[in-house]
Amino acid sequence: MALLDVSDVTMKFGELVANRGVSFTVETGSIVGLIGPNGAGKTTLFNCISGLCKPTEGKICFDGNDITGWKPYQIAAKGAVRTFQVVRPLKDMTVFDNVLVGAFLKCSDNRKAFQKADECIGLCRLETVRERLAGELSIGGKKRLEMARALATSPKLLMLDEVMAGLTSTEVNESVEVIQKLKQAGLTLMVVEHVLDAIMSIADKIVVLDGGIKIAEDTPGRIIDDERVIEAYLGAKYSQRYKRRNEIGAVD
Amino acid sequence: MAGNSLDFKNSKIKDFCWLGLVAFLALLPLVPAVAADSFRLHVMILILLFASMSQAWNIIGGYCGQVSFGHSVFFGIGAYGAGLAVVTYGGTPWPGIAIGMILAAIVAIIISYPCFKLSGHYFAIATFAIVEIFNRIFLVWDWVGGALGLDYPIIGEGLGNLMWHQSKVGYYYSALVIFIIIFGTVRWLEGHRFGYYMRAVREGQETAESLGVNSSAVKLTAMALSASMAAMCGAFFVQYNLRVDPPMVMSLDMSMKFVLITILGGAGTLLGPLLGASVLIPLQEYTRALWGGLGGGVDLIIFGALIILMVVKQPDGMIGILRDVSKWASTKRSRKEI
Repeated sequence: MALLDVSDVTMKFGELVANRGVSFTVETGSIVGLIGPNGAGKTTLFNCISGLCKPTEGKICFDGNDITGWKPYQIAAKGAVRTFQVVRPLKDMTVFDNVLVGAFLKCSDNRKAFQKADECIGLCRLETVRERLAGELSIGGKKRLEMARALATSPKLLMLDEVMAGLTSTEVNESVEVIQKLKQAGLTLMVVEHVLDAIMSIADKIVVLDGGIKIAEDTPGRIIDDERVIEAYLGAKYSQRYKRRNEIGAVD
Repeated sequence: MAGNSLDFKNSKIKDFCWLGLVAFLALLPLVPAVAADSFRLHVMILILLFASMSQAWNIIGGYCGQVSFGHSVFFGIGAYGAGLAVVTYGGTPWPGIAIGMILAAIVAIIISYPCFKLSGHYFAIATFAIVEIFNRIFLVWDWVGGALGLDYPIIGEGLGNLMWHQSKVGYYYSALVIFIIIFGTVRWLEGHRFGYYMRAVREGQETAESLGVNSSAVKLTAMALSASMAAMCGAFFVQYNLRVDPPMVMSLDMSMKFVLITILGGAGTLLGPLLGASVLIPLQEYTRALWGGLGGGVDLIIFGALIILMVVKQPDGMIGILRDVSKWASTKRSRKEI
């Protein structure tokens, strides 16, 4: 059974339609990428799933529960936790304390929570800034903090909203490694990303949004050939370059 | 406050310092220079009381970030609880104190539930209005003595009546007990889940919610806890003054005092309220004693100037100054080593 089942979700802000009839599923243990041009409604869809917005129409099921219209903290407690594209560090608290807030969701015991927080700080390579105030971190650090904090809640579904945007290529590679490690550990991930090389290499399935409507849902290999996706987002050049590189990769 | 409680060694040292301070305060009345001088003891009692009261405010205002100007209402409910028990029902104040604390928590929840729908400055403004409402109600309410207030009869002294006539030492130790209860509670909260959740709600409510924190429940619990502790302080205040009327306890003046002491000392820190109270209360009492003839209010002028200076120069309060000094000292030391 799918861990997350989004069916026919429509989100309107007044007359503006941010999502129209979007449906897709996220299978347990997979990585699903969500891509599309700016303003396609990716973050709004995230907001609907994580409870920040209540969908105008449609239904969202997570882990066997209908979570449509639930409060964000209830959804997080159920195990669907998200990061924010515009980073939101708890500024006047240290990096460790930030992560600890997440860890306290599933561990009420101090010692266990401390362990969990340290584990996630290690995984996201934040050890060197552990005692610094979260507001003082670089943007890359803040993005990693978003991820560490969400991870500390021991989620079933981790929703990452552009955690790689604005990072150097080394940092992107590191993030990709972390995501793959998480998948091996049995976590299900949903990733919104503009860094295409990264998302194409790790996703099992890609969902493409354009103008609030889902225009494709397929494996990365087939998405790259989809005419509508090329026109709306990828561009012919990227599609060719991607295929060429993969052929070379295959020869190697 | 930087650092966290995983820093066991550091926090042990800190707890040790606090224990040392409490021991020092407990022995203080044995020093003749303090005990013989009733005014000095009076100042010490007020410092302990207002440090405790500001710490109670600090739970919701400092740690949880919800600046409330309504705390004199809870302070007043506690005061009237004790007052009614002694004056109207002629008993000991203890049941009144207990009922006052519970009632303050309930009133806090009823008031805060709608007010928490507002955020930031709007929440603060709403709490202003609440003080006015309660002030007016108590002024015209006959059962609580109306504008005349309640005047204590002369009854036997001792712990049973929480009243002493011969010397202030009994009051001093009662204030110390309240100080230990409230500071101890906040110290415990600082290192546990609820304390972290309060700070998370202060730093970002939506972020906290996205991590599974039920922010309204956290705020309401913090408010109830804060209010019942405020009521405890209020009860002591009326036992100490032996009378209570609405302007004395349920006024904006009183509310402002709790807020200003905490902000001057450092909001959201354990030490802040004590620092603030030990500067502002002596200032208030000594200026009143020296220049009371000028018509009063000299203390408020100095008070105001201090706050303005602090907000401009060091918004973190006195604790921020201490931190700056220790940072400066440590860099100087490390430079010398090089």
